[in-house]
Amino acid sequence: MDRSHALEAVREVATEVLSVEADQIVESARFKEDLDADSLDLVELVMGLEERFDIQVPEEDLDGVTTIGHAVDLVLSKLS
Amino acid sequence: MLISSHLDHRGRHRVAITGLGVMSPAGNDLATFWSRLNSGESCAKRIERFDPSELTVQIGCEVPDFDVSAYVTPKEARRLDRVSILGFAAAADALADANAHGTPIEADPSRCGIIAGVGIGGLITLEEQIGVMIEKGPNRVSPFLVPMMMTNATPALVSLQFGWTGPNIAVATACAAGTNAIGDAANLIRYGESDVAIGMGAESCMTPVAISAFGRMTALSGRTDDPSRASRPFDEGRDGFVMGEGAGALILERWDLAVARGARIYGEIVGYGRNSDSHHITAPSPGGAGAAACIELALQDAAIAANAIGHVNAHGTSTPLNDAAEAEAVTKVFGPRAVPVTSTKGITGHLIGAAGAVEAVAAVLSMAKQQVPPTANLDQVDPAFELDVVAGATRAIPSACALSNSFGFGGHNASLIVSPAQ
Repeated sequence: MDRSHALEAVREVATEVLSVEADQIVESARFKEDLDADSLDLVELVMGLEERFDIQVPEEDLDGVTTIGHAVDLVLSKLS
Repeated sequence: MLISSHLDHRGRHRVAITGLGVMSPAGNDLATFWSRLNSGESCAKRIERFDPSELTVQIGCEVPDFDVSAYVTPKEARRLDRVSILGFAAAADALADANAHGTPIEADPSRCGIIAGVGIGGLITLEEQIGVMIEKGPNRVSPFLVPMMMTNATPALVSLQFGWTGPNIAVATACAAGTNAIGDAANLIRYGESDVAIGMGAESCMTPVAISAFGRMTALSGRTDDPSRASRPFDEGRDGFVMGEGAGALILERWDLAVARGARIYGEIVGYGRNSDSHHITAPSPGGAGAAACIELALQDAAIAANAIGHVNAHGTSTPLNDAAEAEAVTKVFGPRAVPVTSTKGITGHLIGAAGAVEAVAAVLSMAKQQVPPTANLDQVDPAFELDVVAGATRAIPSACALSNSFGFGGHNASLIVSPAQ
């Protein structure tokens, strides 16, 4: 999967879980500051990504994941 | 009672009722609610929120046409159980009602308290997530399950939305919770802890497991094929209650502050009694002894005689045991057929933890309008009861205090007395 496809899939999950508009989901968007997502939202988002991509994301892998771009990196690393 | 004073006979602050709100099977605004209560038409019908086909009992009283988006954002709605949204909606409407007259409330947020009666909590969410756990495993359980299901989620939401930082408490006394919450909220004001308090109740536990569980206790009416006639408080042919959902809320203010801002005052909370049967986990005490003692406590708290009560809004669930115990209790305190008695549960079904709050709204409206709605489906009062049950049509009454009773599994009894504004 290339990066643009991964971003598009992350966008689909994030718009639903975070109740934000699709155009807000860009690589630079910060979860807390730009998307009003708290720690529980992020847990739900990761659950959504795990289902969407059929991957497992252990809690320790979430350290430092603060933007949509980081989430795309995480997904791609799990798929590779 | 020193009616000219801002303090009651015990030197406590008097408590003004200045705002009312309901989300109920009988309507989501006061006018619709009042009209339906007086129609004699029960709200019970086949459950629509889920397919009840596999259940023995398939009927309930759901809140129709509830516009979630009028009260919370889509994102908020995703992390709230229905019980909390219903509760907040009733609270918000009650506050708007209070602020519609006089100078809007301008209280120190730390002097504003919330007491909410919730019998169970977010059971719909809990059941859904148990399904997720079984189907998809533990790592798919929602991180929002705990804050959605906890019993105190409803008052927590009200505090977050109102910005109120005073006492914030959930009362879980089963079917007595709504009445306990209003009495406890009144006490916040009486004893000087709060200037404004909301006393409320909320419940939405109409789920397959809960319906089955109450059904297995034989607490629910078996009239699944005749829902409109299933809830029949005090009737000879009653066979159980019909599960309902909803919320009710009362805005209470310290009397002098309510007067100073020019509030419209519906009435005053003058008496609150609460006690415990200590008899059985679900059955009422023999002869309604606990309930009678509770009513006496409320009369003593108000320092009024029984004949000062103009009507009783009964717990009146339509179960054989509750109605028999309550009938005995009322007769013991008031004498045979001495006071008009009505039960709104014939119309609304049994709203569990919300029942007392929604019925307090009904009792306040009845008192203020001097009209008592009829008890639905009352064809023949149980011949064992010496009760004057209002039935058939609305009854006009003189201006007088009203008593509202609630009794809960666990032996919890709660009685509230409201007085006309004067």
